[in-house]
Amino acid sequence: MRIALFATCLADAMFPRAAQATVVLLERLGHEVVFPSGQTCCGQMHVNTGYQREALPVVEHHVDVFEAALRPRAEGGDGVEAVVAPSGSCVGSVRHQHALVARRMAEQGRADAGLADRAEAVAARTYELSELLVDVLGVTDVGARYPHRVTYHPTCHSLRMLRVDDKPLRLLRAVHGLDLVELPDAEQCCGFGGTFSVKNADTSTAMLADKIRAVQTTRSEVVTAGDSSCLMHIGGGLSRLRVGTKTVHLAEILAGEGWEAAL
Amino acid sequence: MTTSARDEVLDRIRTALGRSGAAAPEPSPVPREYRTSLGRAPGDPVLLDLLVDRLVDYKAEVHRCPPGAVGATVAAALAAHGARRIAAPAGLPAAWLAGADVETVTDGAAPDGGEALSVATLDAVDGVLTGCAVAVAQTGTIVLDSSPVCGRRALTLVPDYHLIVVEAAQVVGSVPEALPRLDAVRPLTWVSGPSATSDIELDRVEGVHGPRTLVVVLVEG
Amino acid sequence: MTTFLGMPGLPVATERGTLRGADTFPVAARKALADTQLRKNLGHATSTIRAKRARVVGELDDWEELRAAGAAIKADVMARLPELLVQLEENVTARGGHVHWARDADEANRIVLDLVRAAGTPDDPVTSVVKVKSMATQEIGLNEALAEAGIAAVETDLAELIVQLSDDTPSHILVPAIHRNRAEIRQIFLDHMPDVDPGLTDEPRVLAMAARAYLRRTFLAARVAVSGANFAIAETGTLAVVESEGNGRMCLTLPQTLVTVMGIEKLLPTWRDLEVFLQLLPRSSTGERMNPYTSMWTGAPKTSGGTSGGTADGAPDGPQEFHLVLLDNGRTATLADEAGRQALHCIRCSACLNVCPVYERTGGHAYGSVYPGPIGAVLTPQLAGMHGHGADAPAGGDPVDTLPYASSLCGACFDACPVRIDIPSMLVHLRAKHVETAQAQRRVPGLPASAENAAMSAAAWVMRDAGRFSLAEKGLQLGRVLARDGRIRSLPPPLSAWTTSRDAPAPPPETFRQWWARTRGDRS
Ligand code: SF4
Repeated sequence: MRIALFATCLADAMFPRAAQATVVLLERLGHEVVFPSGQTCCGQMHVNTGYQREALPVVEHHVDVFEAALRPRAEGGDGVEAVVAPSGSCVGSVRHQHALVARRMAEQGRADAGLADRAEAVAARTYELSELLVDVLGVTDVGARYPHRVTYHPTCHSLRMLRVDDKPLRLLRAVHGLDLVELPDAEQCCGFGGTFSVKNADTSTAMLADKIRAVQTTRSEVVTAGDSSCLMHIGGGLSRLRVGTKTVHLAEILAGEGWEAAL
Repeated sequence: MTTSARDEVLDRIRTALGRSGAAAPEPSPVPREYRTSLGRAPGDPVLLDLLVDRLVDYKAEVHRCPPGAVGATVAAALAAHGARRIAAPAGLPAAWLAGADVETVTDGAAPDGGEALSVATLDAVDGVLTGCAVAVAQTGTIVLDSSPVCGRRALTLVPDYHLIVVEAAQVVGSVPEALPRLDAVRPLTWVSGPSATSDIELDRVEGVHGPRTLVVVLVEG
Repeated sequence: MTTFLGMPGLPVATERGTLRGADTFPVAARKALADTQLRKNLGHATSTIRAKRARVVGELDDWEELRAAGAAIKADVMARLPELLVQLEENVTARGGHVHWARDADEANRIVLDLVRAAGTPDDPVTSVVKVKSMATQEIGLNEALAEAGIAAVETDLAELIVQLSDDTPSHILVPAIHRNRAEIRQIFLDHMPDVDPGLTDEPRVLAMAARAYLRRTFLAARVAVSGANFAIAETGTLAVVESEGNGRMCLTLPQTLVTVMGIEKLLPTWRDLEVFLQLLPRSSTGERMNPYTSMWTGAPKTSGGTSGGTADGAPDGPQEFHLVLLDNGRTATLADEAGRQALHCIRCSACLNVCPVYERTGGHAYGSVYPGPIGAVLTPQLAGMHGHGADAPAGGDPVDTLPYASSLCGACFDACPVRIDIPSMLVHLRAKHVETAQAQRRVPGLPASAENAAMSAAAWVMRDAGRFSLAEKGLQLGRVLARDGRIRSLPPPLSAWTTSRDAPAPPPETFRQWWARTRGDRS
């Protein structure tokens, strides 16, 4: 399948390994990955902080870029069949917020009336990595080996916005050599919440402290998740407290130990 | 003053809804795809077992007996409690108290006449015996409807011990099956176990202001 | 003239200090978080109730269908609110009750006060009323208003009693003393409850018995009761109060006069609708299949006449003076916002509080409103109004304005809500409303654009163009000089709020985009 990668701004700028591993994994599974170079960001930070007017051009830009990627090659597009992002949160934004913002802004006379429908069309073919693998590509054993003790944090937006359910866990269970340890109170938010982590830093930190305690009880070498943002938060806390557990994006585990050799 | 507040609030609502004129929209359809019945007739033995299980779970004392043994079962329950003076509603079947060695004070009610018992009297009795209107197996709930066999509400509230006789045919499966059997304009009290509170550390403790002991005699068959 | 964000012409709630706290949420939360006993109490209580709720909700295989029905019924109520209220009024009146309408808190308080006074005589005035726990009367500050007029309002719910005795404020809509553990409650009773047994232990059963003994005489002698209502059935005029302890039954049954204060949104169209809500509410709130007691009455209630039942009215049963006060107090302003009106669907079960990771850690007081937690964060700003950055905003910012931001948008509240209120989407909507109004206010000369606004505009300008974005990434890579061992321990404000407790990652030597261009640049 020909698949467009939406790297997401955070992975692109700060955590390229999550996006690189997604490319390596999909290519190993025999798919063709394209990277529409015009892409930037889904606009989630703006929307969630109340800046919908500012988010609008970002949303419009995202729709333009991926609409073109999804357009058949005969019509000048990239002819991809699906868009994938290594982030539940950004896919959640594309799927649940883009059309909302478009409609709200259209009511204010700021957005084109057709934008919401176009955004929905792009969203309908945009998948979070575990969704793409399990639902679209129909694989759970991606042939990876990762001989480590790992615990999985289901990020809030994957869990409750996208309802990825146990797809990431099914993928992880099929990884050879991986010792999966259940995370206590796994479904509790890590406290990131975008600008929440700064505006309500004390509360956010209290939530993070509990998440880190839960991670520690698993005595895992690695804590993984489908979102670089939450991993950045958890990792920032682990590193500050000098807890040895590493944060590794789900894509990197599914790419298999030593995947960097393919870089 | 009050009238103008009324008109103003109603006006504000119409403004808020962006409605002009008096025309009311049609009721919108409500998806009622939930279970409206457990699929068993009232009194089905499965429902009776379920009711007992739920009552016991919420710390009610339950006795099961055949129709002929109500008096004896009630008498034994009252004796075990040491009850001597029992309040009863005017419409209580005489047979229910026939075997009991207790003094009965009956709460009079119009239009049959008779004095209504004072709160002080109710506070001084050892308990109250009533029937019920309907019982809901799934939730362990018994509904009192102020009919002559249930009595008015104060009667079953002030005494500290409440014994309810539930007949099998009154036991339905679920809440949706109970509502059609009740008259909305009558004062209704839905009782699920003895009074309780979860206000301290969200731990349930039985027994606060309502009757601290709830006894149910379930008449089977 | 106070400028609030909302629909012009539809006034928000009276300021009585019950919806707008003294501190902004972050400031109040910081204080609460420092209280380790509070955090322990809250953590214990919320995890207990979460487990109970999960168990009884799991027993019903039609829970989602019940939620869908509950949401649809509430949406229908909002659409037909004027007609349903009038229908309710007719039915209550037909059964001997009286209906009053109150535009705001002050008006509602005046109505109640007049009714309480009218229940006494010059020789024998009513000097105290018994109360069943009610959010609406807390919202309007009724107890304080009655106290000003020399009438004592006695809270009879155990948790409310604990709060009242210790001169505290509620911190939860169902269990107002959730912030207290058993040892603290024992001490409150010992310190403030007249005639309490000095040998009182901290066993919950013993504490509950002490409350029973303390309130018993008050109940039996009360002449006037004030309650709220969980539901009102338009079709029949029936009111319902759902409770556990029996204090509600006492108040609703024994006094001669009953005054019920109810928000206009609490209606249900038909008797049948109770089959949905009597299943949703108890399981969501106390985690029980059914709460111990639910009382229902219509007007001035009568038993059914005749020895064998029947439809004829029999003897009076309970208060024969019944007054229903229908309260607006900002509800119509809330209704006016199509994206915010769902907040009026709330049945006050408190499930969203119990699952909220923010509430669990800060407790209810941090919200500064009688409505805390996720529902409070969307309801309070709509009832009370937000100031934006207007010239009349309180110094240091309006606490209410900070409520929509008091959430990580984790979505747990939406999943728990028995009537499917999409609280996260409403929070995002209210944030937008807040920012947009603040921006409009900033256009007034003399008010500078906020730093946040400038940063957001700049970021948006960068994010809508890949060229600018990749340049910005290169700038970010300069941040590598701040890093040691791949992490950054301190950043300048406002990001310093991050690095006080968390390390920041060092930017990578090569961005994804750069890597792609280097390795696969020829492929699109
Ligand atoms: S918003 Fe929903 S979950 Fe929260 S209290 Fe109201 S009804 Fe319950």
